[in-house]
Amino acid sequence: MAGTTQQPAQQRAAAGEPAVHRAAEAHSAPPGKSVLGPDEIRRALTRIGHEILERTDGGREVILLGIPTRGVPLARRLAARLAQTEMISVPVGSLDITLYRDDLRLRPARALGPTEVPASGIDGKIVILVDDVLFSGRTVRAALDALGDLGRPRAVQLAVLVDRGHRELPIRPDYVGKNLPTSKREVVKVLLTETDGTDSVTLLGSGDAVPPGIGDAVQPDSGDAGQPGEAGQ
Amino acid sequence: MNRHLISAADLSAGDAVSILDTAEELARLAERPIPKLPTLRGRTVVNLFYEDSTRTRISFEAAAKRLSADVINFSAKGSSVAKGESLKDTALTLQAMGADAVVIRHSASGAPHRLAEWVRGSVVNAGDGTHEHPTQALLDAFTMRRRLGRLEGLRVAIVGDILHSRVARSNVWLLRTLGAQVTLVAPPTLLPVAVDSWPCEVSYDFSAVLPSVDVVMMLRVQHERMTQAYFPSVREYSRRYGLDSDRMALLPDHAIVMHPGPMNRGVEIAADVADSPRSTIVEQVTNGVAVRMAVLYLLLGGSTGAEPAVAGAERVGATL
Repeated sequence: MAGTTQQPAQQRAAAGEPAVHRAAEAHSAPPGKSVLGPDEIRRALTRIGHEILERTDGGREVILLGIPTRGVPLARRLAARLAQTEMISVPVGSLDITLYRDDLRLRPARALGPTEVPASGIDGKIVILVDDVLFSGRTVRAALDALGDLGRPRAVQLAVLVDRGHRELPIRPDYVGKNLPTSKREVVKVLLTETDGTDSVTLLGSGDAVPPGIGDAVQPDSGDAGQPGEAGQ
Repeated sequence: MNRHLISAADLSAGDAVSILDTAEELARLAERPIPKLPTLRGRTVVNLFYEDSTRTRISFEAAAKRLSADVINFSAKGSSVAKGESLKDTALTLQAMGADAVVIRHSASGAPHRLAEWVRGSVVNAGDGTHEHPTQALLDAFTMRRRLGRLEGLRVAIVGDILHSRVARSNVWLLRTLGAQVTLVAPPTLLPVAVDSWPCEVSYDFSAVLPSVDVVMMLRVQHERMTQAYFPSVREYSRRYGLDSDRMALLPDHAIVMHPGPMNRGVEIAADVADSPRSTIVEQVTNGVAVRMAVLYLLLGGSTGAEPAVAGAERVGATL
């Protein structure tokens, strides 16, 4: 029944049938070392949700801003966790950082992602930035610049699903789903049901061939300016 | 996308949609407390205007400044051009000053094309003679898409002085690329000779076209380009090809009225039509800034098109 091709699996999985997640994953999980499966991702997000509640006085004045592409569904899931555990509704938005990147001139102009800031604004709020992978820290640096143009939050915190190390800037996460020691040559691939039809985090070693179509998706999400050739910029 | 934007006919559907989508994101910038982005910091945009223009020049200037580019305005009046300098020598001067983009308006069709051969930066055509005005067509398409939700299958009437209109030509090509159907409406004297070869229909009867269109775009009669009599009198032109409230009543309820400006109220468009809620004339100006920001970002925001990305990296390395 479940997707023999990825497309129908995506549609069905997006409708939120957990059984389909697993079946789709079996078909489309990329080669490489599996780091987190759907259940582990779910547990990690639940834990982060609880940590947010603890550290923000029950989630008061909190706004979740996801960084496109995969930070946005993660932010939505976290908001759903907060609603479940504490019956609070936290505004969710997205913050595209493309126009604030420090490596724009290294590649052709990129398409922009959506920036949607909740109508209440960010002034005086606790903004929690949500992204899938924390690597060099350059994406977060760009996001901080972007936030500065949107208003003046009371505090900014950072939640990531995977922290893979190799920071190039003095930036640290407040909430981490999984600390993952990696080498710079490895690639961390995060797939989410909303965008990819399945939930998984995989570590592709330097020796593994990156499957076509996956490589392009990897760089903007996990990479920042984090490719070896650009690391010294 | 190409390194230059010289003609709307050069744009593929993918390029055009990516400009419109980028503009959609950039349009939201105006709502922010600080409507400025650091994206083009350190880039220089030269506005090279050989013809008078208020809205286009200001629009490009605002767009470049919102992206933090440095803007140099150069108008032919009171410059070395008045002293007899050729376009090529002016171009070489700009080149020597390190312009990353040149936005050019010129009374000669084809001037931006020639300029692109002489400068290393990107060339953006802001109107050349009676040839093209691609950013105007893009902002028109953007306005239609925002108001009507789509472009595919839209029926658009472009009415008036088609012969002298670079806006009409750019719109015909761009709208065709984006899947809309264009009908040109004008007296036979104000249609170009080769109009049969354009991808659009032609009509001489304005009132007959109106009930079936989603968009009607009125054009100004460009007296300054007219060297002979093209119609008996302004009054007769206005009666047959002007949009007044009686004619506007023939339009379907959802249809919008556009005008690239500057307009001559009482000639091609009646004052109450220009000020009606169907008119998008003011929106077009606002949207112009977002669309021009999108064009400048896509041309200048990344590693500059022609050189491979590696060369761009070297250049950044060299400047640090």
